[in-house]
This record gives sequence, structure tokens and C-alpha cells, in this order.
Amino acid sequence: MLSGWFILFLSTVYMAILFAVARFGDARADAGKSIISANVYALSLAVYCTSWTFYGSVGRATSGGLSFLTIYIGPTLMLLMTGVILKMIRISKVNRITSIADFIASRYGKSQLLAGLVTIIAVIGVVPYIALQLKAVSASLEALLHESGSDFLPWWLDSTFLIAALLAVFTILFGTRHLDATERHEGMVAAIAFESVVKLLAFLAVGVFVTYSMFDGLGELFQRAAASPELARLLQTDASRAGTWTAMILLSGLAIIFLPRQFQIIVVENVDESHLKRAVWLFPLYLLLINIFVLPIALGGLLHFQGQPFNPDTFVLTLPLARGAEMLALLVFIGGLSAATGMVIVETIALSTMVCNDLVMPWLLRYSRIGERKDLSRLLIVIRRAAITLILLLGYVYFRAAGEAYALVGIGLISFAAVAQFAPAMFGGMYWKQGNHAGAVAGLLGGFSVWLYTLLLPSFARSGWIGNGFVENGLFGIAGLKAQALFGLGGLDEISHCLWWSLLVNLGLYIAVSLTTRPDALEAGQAERFVDVFRHSGRETDTRLWRGRASMEELLNLLERFLGKARTHKQLGAYARKRGTTSWQKLPIDAGLVHFAEAQLAGAIGSASARVMVASVTQEEDIGLEEVLDILDEATQVRAYSRNLEAKSRELEAATTELRAVNERLRELDKMKDDFISTVTHELRTPLTSIRALSEMLHEDPRMELSDRKRFLGIIVSETVRLTRLINQILDMAKLESGRAEWTTSEVDVREVIRESMDSLEQLFREKGVMLTGELPETCPLVMADRDRLTQVMINLLSNAVKFVPGETGKVHVRLSADTERVRIVVGDNGPGLTADECNVIFEKFRQGGNTMTDKPQGTGLGLPISRQIVEYFGGNLWVESEPGAGANFIFTVPLPGPEEQQ
Amino acid sequence: MKQASPTRQRLAALSLIGAPLLTFPLLSLPEGNWIGVPAQFFYLFAVWAGLIALAAWVAERKDK
Repeated sequence: MLSGWFILFLSTVYMAILFAVARFGDARADAGKSIISANVYALSLAVYCTSWTFYGSVGRATSGGLSFLTIYIGPTLMLLMTGVILKMIRISKVNRITSIADFIASRYGKSQLLAGLVTIIAVIGVVPYIALQLKAVSASLEALLHESGSDFLPWWLDSTFLIAALLAVFTILFGTRHLDATERHEGMVAAIAFESVVKLLAFLAVGVFVTYSMFDGLGELFQRAAASPELARLLQTDASRAGTWTAMILLSGLAIIFLPRQFQIIVVENVDESHLKRAVWLFPLYLLLINIFVLPIALGGLLHFQGQPFNPDTFVLTLPLARGAEMLALLVFIGGLSAATGMVIVETIALSTMVCNDLVMPWLLRYSRIGERKDLSRLLIVIRRAAITLILLLGYVYFRAAGEAYALVGIGLISFAAVAQFAPAMFGGMYWKQGNHAGAVAGLLGGFSVWLYTLLLPSFARSGWIGNGFVENGLFGIAGLKAQALFGLGGLDEISHCLWWSLLVNLGLYIAVSLTTRPDALEAGQAERFVDVFRHSGRETDTRLWRGRASMEELLNLLERFLGKARTHKQLGAYARKRGTTSWQKLPIDAGLVHFAEAQLAGAIGSASARVMVASVTQEEDIGLEEVLDILDEATQVRAYSRNLEAKSRELEAATTELRAVNERLRELDKMKDDFISTVTHELRTPLTSIRALSEMLHEDPRMELSDRKRFLGIIVSETVRLTRLINQILDMAKLESGRAEWTTSEVDVREVIRESMDSLEQLFREKGVMLTGELPETCPLVMADRDRLTQVMINLLSNAVKFVPGETGKVHVRLSADTERVRIVVGDNGPGLTADECNVIFEKFRQGGNTMTDKPQGTGLGLPISRQIVEYFGGNLWVESEPGAGANFIFTVPLPGPEEQQ
Repeated sequence: MKQASPTRQRLAALSLIGAPLLTFPLLSLPEGNWIGVPAQFFYLFAVWAGLIALAAWVAERKDK
């Protein structure tokens, strides 16, 4: 049923769907409505899961047990270092970096040499990885066709070559459709995210099929495996593999950011830094899901095909086929195709950008007159397409040369070890300002040479393509130079061996050479810009690091040639608006503009070439290293000063606020004092005036009748009494407020206080004909208070009450009650009552009930404020409940001592 | 000076905890069978899933 043509048809349909997704993504991007959300970004990172994951992991698990997982644990741990990745993204955005080669070259002084070197390492290093994809697709096709017994290719056509050719055409159509080579590939990212979903679903489907349909679930599978001694070995990784295990985690952790396609997806295609927050857990979750069934499938395959010849790399296909599940096998094939095409597309696009910008363009610009052409953007595309073809061709050659000797994962690890060589130069470049160009070149060359000698060449030797004498006996027969046991370092697997030696040489040379040579001026500036990228908000330093002359016409001409006219004018317009100029024609020709032009150009042809091109149309003055370092130093100092200044000014502000508050409070107190004095004087003057007036009348009129004299003298006496009382109360108030009052606290029976107060005022009540009644409970707990002061409060409240109730019909009632926390005393009357306003006002000093303007004052206006102060001193409250016409209840409480105080 | 983001530091801390948990010698501790699954298999996936869950919690929290 599965004919070759049907498979071809299905693959074509799948590719067409991918095209549609990409087209849709591009259209949305052009319309300014990007479909790249945080989820799409996280899924697109899963381009990391290639045929290696899809087919190779199972193969790896059949020999190495759980060790296949290291390749996914490393990225999980690396991605959690969000700070590092964010810094890479930020640096790349600021400097318009488009590839890892560009990143390293730009950091070390926009060096063309480094750009080229990194590109060569990346291309050679990644070629085995591409071969892996070809091998996987070819093997899967073979498995599918072998089972169905049909053979649709003519004998003279190699299926792997055909696949390589188709992939090349597909990638060219896919990744370089645009003439505009500088934009992000949003359509591609969308398609990759789509592919990630397809391959995950396909793999989960086959996993569930094998585990639950062919076997009775995980438990049974593991039980049967444990029964066979050979398989039981796969279930437990012993500590003797510890070194390899850690090395693989390190290796894959580096690969996740330094593989050209991962750098492309994580850094270059990132539209929003905040997307990283999603990717940091969603991508590891993806990795976890796609790995859950790897070991079960591997065990299932080994159990099922016991005693038959098999290729463990294609278990995911052959297992469903063995059960006749052809549709599932087709789904798996499509999933595997997804994994392979996704990898090839992104990898070759990233590599072709590097080859074009960092290898071919510099060469063309230097050795041919091509730089004078009118429009170069077309040429850029052609170079990129050629590079894609070339890279796939190299992949095919490697597959032919060495592919047969290795399992899938073995090939992939060779590539991982190659890109790990970028680590010292990358990390050093991001965090170590002293790392310089010479150091980076030495480190990369050293590490790459070790990799070539210990890993790549032996892989050729293994397939018999070249002699294997240098592996068996060492170069020139020197035992210490055995390629996979360098200087006698044996006992490691070949990957760990290579990683250990190459990183040692790489890091050692990078550090040693960096410390013994001096960077040039440009490098020092770039080092500052990279390492301190988060602090470089202003571009002031940047512009100070360039001096020279340029002309607008020439810069414009240059930009137009590489970017095209429309794009150039659009970008210049945006830049002019940012600088606050109405049109770009009026832009000043200064360092800022030159930097802008160079950055734009760098996006199209890489920073190294961009620098050469800009230098060719401007007359740049040479700034010496000393001066650059001075400028940078100054900038650092200025930053430090401004930080200090900010901190100081914040402190100052806080102190000012505090002072202002204190001042406000003082003014308030001052005003209160003034008010108090003027009120007091006023209150004192009133009785004094009346005394004086009456005394004068008595003095001047000796013939006054006796009865009048008596009346006047009576008034004088009562006014004097009032005056004395007023002065006493003012003194009392002053004492209370200043806290100098004397208190003698003892246990007090409130009932006694009330009885005494009522007795002492009995006469007063009787004179006015007011009825005074009391309601006291049988027992009452003792309170801690000053007895005299409490009596003072009681008398004050009672005398207030008698003052305001009407004569003859007035009634005053005292009620005492107590609960567990406090005693409560209510003095109620049937007087005129108080309005809600008055209820508050009467507790202020010198404010009295009734209208003070018309009525004769009946008290001093200090009794209630003093009473309240006393009650509050004991921890109680004094308030009034009243309504006009319904009498008033003056209530105060005194808290009971707590249980521990009672003892 | 820009304050180092607490989210980034928490994630980095997760990475630093994860590294020893997912490598030897700790990895040789789980042996035999746990709930019908080889202990090491179970342990690796459980620790891994735990790290992912923590990372999701840290990264997606609204407050800084």
C-alpha cells in the first residue's frame, strides 16, 4: 500500500502546508501584526530537536540507556541562565548583529579575520550535523519502502542525494524568497513552530502506540526488560559514566546557544525580550515530553526484534510497521521529515548568512570592483542561495565519507563539540573586557585544530576514507599523539576526550594571549559596549569614539546600494525623527549619523564588512588607544559620580520632607498656644469687667440702697469665685497637658466615688429642685485610678447636669454598670439636649453648651476637656450621647486591671 | 545602577540547583524500582519536571 509515489505526494503536501504557514507569517509581519507570540517563540526553539531526537535518541538509548537525556538536560539548565541569554539578545539588537560570526567579530574590533574564521569553523563543524539529517531521512525512507517491498527510484539515482537536492531547493525557496536580506524571517519562525508541534505529536503517538498497544504499559515493558540481563543494563546508568554524563550536559548546554541555527532562533529572530520568560520553561517542557517515550520505545524495539537484524535508529518506524500500522508509520515519517527539514532550513539559512556576510562579501569587496555596483541586494541573495546549495552538498559528501560508520547521535555530537569552541570567545567577550582579538583568534584556532585532529579526522578514518594510523599509533608513530588518547589520556569516550583537550587549549590560549597583548582602540570601545550593554543607555560615548569627516551624499549612496532606495529613505526618516529633525536631509553630518549608517549596513552585510565600507567613504581620524581608554574611563567615572549624586539627592529629599513636617507641626502648636492665650485672656476679662463695673458703681454712689449694695456685692463675690475657679482650672489643664500633674493611683471603689459626689452636691440639687437618683449595683470590681481625680470628673458631670436641667422638673440619674473589661458610668439628664455638632464641640476648651453670644456663660468651658483628659489618662473614654430636646447622657468608662495586674 | 532582576536571579539559582541534582554522584542514589518504574528513570524525569514547574512559577509570576 505504501508506494514511493504516495510517500512523495504526502511529503509534498506537507511542504505545501509549511509554505502556507510561512507565507501567512510573512504577510502578517508585513502588515505589522506579528504572529510571533511568546508561545510561538518557545516552540520555534524546538528546532533543536532534529532527526537526532526523533530517530537517534532511540538508537542511543538501545546502547547507552538513559544517557540520551543529557542532550536535553543541558539546554534546560543553560536556558535558566536567562541573564546570559538576555545579554546576548540585547547586545545583538543594539549592534544589529545577524549571526554568531558577526557577534564574535563585532566584539573583537569588527575583525574580518575573526568573522571568516568563525564562519569556517561553523560550516565545517555543522556539516556532519546536516549529514545526520540526510542519513536519517534516507534511512526512514528506506525503512518505509523496504517494508512495503516497493522500490520506486531507478538504480542510478541515490536517494540521499535526491533528498539533499530537494532540501536545498526547498530551503532556497523558503528562506531567501525575499530580496531584502536584512529582515527577520517571521514566516520561517512560524513554520518552524508549526513543525515542532507536528514532530512532538508524531513522536508521542508512536510512543503511546508502542507502550500501550504493543505492550501492556510502562510497568510491563520495564519488567520484561529487567528480566533480561542485557536490557537491565540500560535501566541503570552507573557512576563509571559520570564523566561522560557531565561532559554531555556541558556540551549540549553550549550547543543550545552556539549552534548557528539556535543563535539565529533565540537571538536574531527574537522580537521581544519578554518572550524569553515563556521559553525558559515551555521549551524544557517540550524537551521533557518528547523524551518520555524514548526509553520505552527502545526497550520495546529490542524486545520485539530479538534475534533479528535491526537498525535501532529507525525503531519508531519499524515498530508500527511490524504491527501493520501503516498510517501511524506515515505520521511518524512526516514527523521525522519535519524534524529534518526544520533543522536544515534554519541551519543553512544561518550558515548562508554567515558565509555571505563574513566570507564572500569581504573578499569580493576587497578583490573585485563589485563594490561599485549600483544595487547589491540582488547579489547578496544569489550568494546566499549558492551557499545553501554548497552546504547541503558538503553534508552529502560527509554522509558518503563517514556517515555509515556512525549512529545518528555520534555524528551530531561531533558538531556539538565543534560549536562548543565558540564558548570562550563568546562568554569572555560578554563578561571580560580584557579579552581581545589576538586571544580570540588564538583560542579559536587552537580549539578548532584539536577538534579536527581528535574528532573529525578520526571519523573519516573510521570509515576507511583516510588511513587510521594516527588514531591507532599516533601521528608519525608517536604514541603520545594518538588522536583519541592524546598524551596518553585514555579511558574517556572520544567526545569527552575531544571536549576536554579542545576547551583546555582554547580557553588557555584565549586567556594567555589576551593577557599578553594589547587591544587596539576600536576593540577597547567594542569591549566596553558589549560588556556594559545594560548600562549603555546613552550613546554619548559611542559618538565620542569617532572623529572624522563624511559627506551625506556618499553615505546615502552607500546605504542605497546595499539596502535599496526605499528602505534607506525609510530608515533615515525614522532616525531623523528620533534626533528631532524634520527631514533626514537636514541631519548634521556627525559621528552619530556615521554610526547609524554603519549599524544599518551591518544588518545587511555583517559588522566587519560594514565597517570597511563605511571607512571607504569617510575620512576617519585615528584615535589612539590611550585616548579611547581615557574616554571610556571618563564615562565610567561620570556614571559613578551621577550615581552618587542621585543617592545624595534622594537622601536630601527625604530629609527635607521630614523637616517640613516638623515645621508644620511646630506652627500648629504655636497657633494653638496663641489661640489658647487669647481665649484665656478673654475669659478672664469678662468676670473682671463685671467686678470692676460693679465696684465702680459702689465706689461712686455712696447713697446707694443697702439692698442694691448687697446684690452687687453678691455678684462681685460670685464672679470672684468664678475667676478663681477659672484660674485653678487653667492651672490644672496646663499641668495635665504638660504631664506634670501628680497622680496617686490606688484601688478605688467607683460606687463610693459616686456616692460621695452625689452627697456633696445634694444641697445644690435641692436648691434648684432637681431630682437626683442613683442606680448602683450590689458589687462592683475595683479599678486602679486616682480617687480625687475621679471624684473631680463625677462632680463636674453632675454640676454640668444640674446647670442645664430646668428647675423643679429637672431629673438627673446616675447609673453604674460593669463588665469583665471596664466599668461604665452614665450621667443622664432631661435637659434641652445637644445637637450632633455640639456633642463634639463641648469637649473643646472654652466651648460651652448653649449660645455663648446671648446667654450668660454658666461655666468656665474647661470642665469637660479636663474630665476627658483625666478619664483618658486612666485608659477610658468620655463621650456624650444626646439629641436635641431629649436630654443628654454623659458616659465614661474606666478599664478594669488585666488579670495579671490583679494578682 | 540597574538593579539585577530578582526573576533572573531566581531562575539562575534554579539552574545552579539543577546541575548537581541531575548529575553524578547524586544520580547514582536512586536504585531499583519505584512504583513499577526504574528508579533512575523516575528520578530524572521527576527532578526535571520539578525544575520546569518551578521555572514556570518564577517566570510567569505577575509581581516583580
